Amino acid sequence: METFRYLPGTSTLVLDTAACVGCGECSLVCPHGVFLLTDGKAKIVDIDGCMECGACAVNCSVKAITVTPGVGCASYVLKTRLKGKGISTCGSAGCC
Amino acid sequence: MNGPNDSKDNQTNPGSAPILLGLQTELQPMVKVPDQGHSCCGAANTPSQEKTCCGPTASPDQMQKVDQILKSLMNEPLRQETAPPPVQEPLDTQDVPTAEPVESCCGYAPPPPSSHLERPGYQLWSFVDKFISTPVGQVPKVTTVLDKSDIQGTIMARLGGARDNYKICPGLYSVGDPDQDSPVLVTANYKLTFDSLRKELDGLNAWILVLDTRGINVWCAAGKKLFSTEEVISRVKMSGLHNIVKHKELILPQLSATGVSAHLVKKWCGFKVIWGPIRANDVKKFISAGMQADKPMRQVTFTTAERLELIPVELYLLRKPALWALAAIFLISGISPGFFSFSAGFSRGIMAASALLVGIVTGAVVVPILLPLLPGPAFYYKGALTGFFGGVLVAGLWWDQAGAMASLALLIFVTVISSFLAMNFTGSTPFTSPSGVEKEMREAIPRQMAALGAAVAIWLITGLFA
Repeated sequence: METFRYLPGTSTLVLDTAACVGCGECSLVCPHGVFLLTDGKAKIVDIDGCMECGACAVNCSVKAITVTPGVGCASYVLKTRLKGKGISTCGSAGCC
Repeated sequence: MNGPNDSKDNQTNPGSAPILLGLQTELQPMVKVPDQGHSCCGAANTPSQEKTCCGPTASPDQMQKVDQILKSLMNEPLRQETAPPPVQEPLDTQDVPTAEPVESCCGYAPPPPSSHLERPGYQLWSFVDKFISTPVGQVPKVTTVLDKSDIQGTIMARLGGARDNYKICPGLYSVGDPDQDSPVLVTANYKLTFDSLRKELDGLNAWILVLDTRGINVWCAAGKKLFSTEEVISRVKMSGLHNIVKHKELILPQLSATGVSAHLVKKWCGFKVIWGPIRANDVKKFISAGMQADKPMRQVTFTTAERLELIPVELYLLRKPALWALAAIFLISGISPGFFSFSAGFSRGIMAASALLVGIVTGAVVVPILLPLLPGPAFYYKGALTGFFGGVLVAGLWWDQAGAMASLALLIFVTVISSFLAMNFTGSTPFTSPSGVEKEMREAIPRQMAALGAAVAIWLITGLFA
């Protein structure tokens, strides 16, 4: 989504190109067009578009993608800091 | 245990072992068969195995009784899981006398009689047109038009009040006139999600497999692992989908990919996941293009309309915190040279409350609307900016009455509230990453706290030395 950009240089997304088998699932499921399939391998073409939703990693059958998934929600982050992880859910925070 | 009968039952109901086991344990005291089978060493986990018990065996009579009860109990939950209640054919209404309502002066005209599709103990959704017969039982056929009750529900959910627990029963539905070659669309059981899908399916013959996502939309449910690999697999099996369609394909919304591993679904239930478009209004186009999505179908958007839809819920969720803030405002504003003054609490409290209100508007309304136009990319900065302009207005409004210092405190207060609420809007956008939000918060929170502290300090000082 080119019109909306968030803080650059923060994404935890890493692609192990050597392990990639070029199935193309990552480029299919990514809602921000972060991946592109070129020459039978996936390639990260827009790392700052990544919102760390984790769809690519979940659907990589050879585990070539790692990312720390989560929700980019300030009130959720605040709640986990105040109450501890696991207790708070992002449900009542309003976003999800 | 007592051999052949048990094994047979378990073969006819392959998925029933865990249910059977749960019941068996509970059942034991009920049928009062002393010491039989309860001291099993292993048989409990393998009901189809024969003669692995080391305790005394029960008499054939007793076991037959157990068998009967087990069988009746076992069938109960399974039938509910696999198929909706059987829909009886309506009686021949020609033979049944019907009473014509007589017009009278008693209030309003009576509503129409109950539909023949209704069943005692169940509530019939107005979107169910009829039930169609399938190899796995009756499947509801849904309409593609939203009626008044659907639209009312949507409005309530959008306003926030009825957003939680706005859900439909998971399971298999149909639209149009589907057959064994028709596509299967998988979706969430949030009613808003279901409605936005079915209203786009006019003219399409398809099956709709609704997952139990606890009334949460596709993307959020996927993030919470409710729209999950496991849920897809178990719902496919529970619905008996393999008896309904010849093909082995499921169309899942692309945004469910956060919770669903396509390769694992294929591995565990044999159905191939086809990633459908993100938005329901692309579904028909996607199917008619031979299950092909173009780039716009695959990428999320955040249009002005989409942002506007979120504002009511943002405001709705601020009810409680806003009340707490008002209470704090009254207390802090009331602190005066004579310790506490109610009149000061109100007169100065009104000023601070107006600042709070403006801060809420600039942070939770103006920022979402102007989001792409405001400089950033950090949300707290966008909110501080709109808050500053709002704060100038508030300070100007109270300048004569409050004086320069107190007006400055109001200006800072509006800016902080707005900045904080704008930061909270990150959770409602489809593009902010958790790492980014953490980074933003590390920067923002200390600044917001410092500014809030300064505003409160100035407000207190101006109150004490008034």
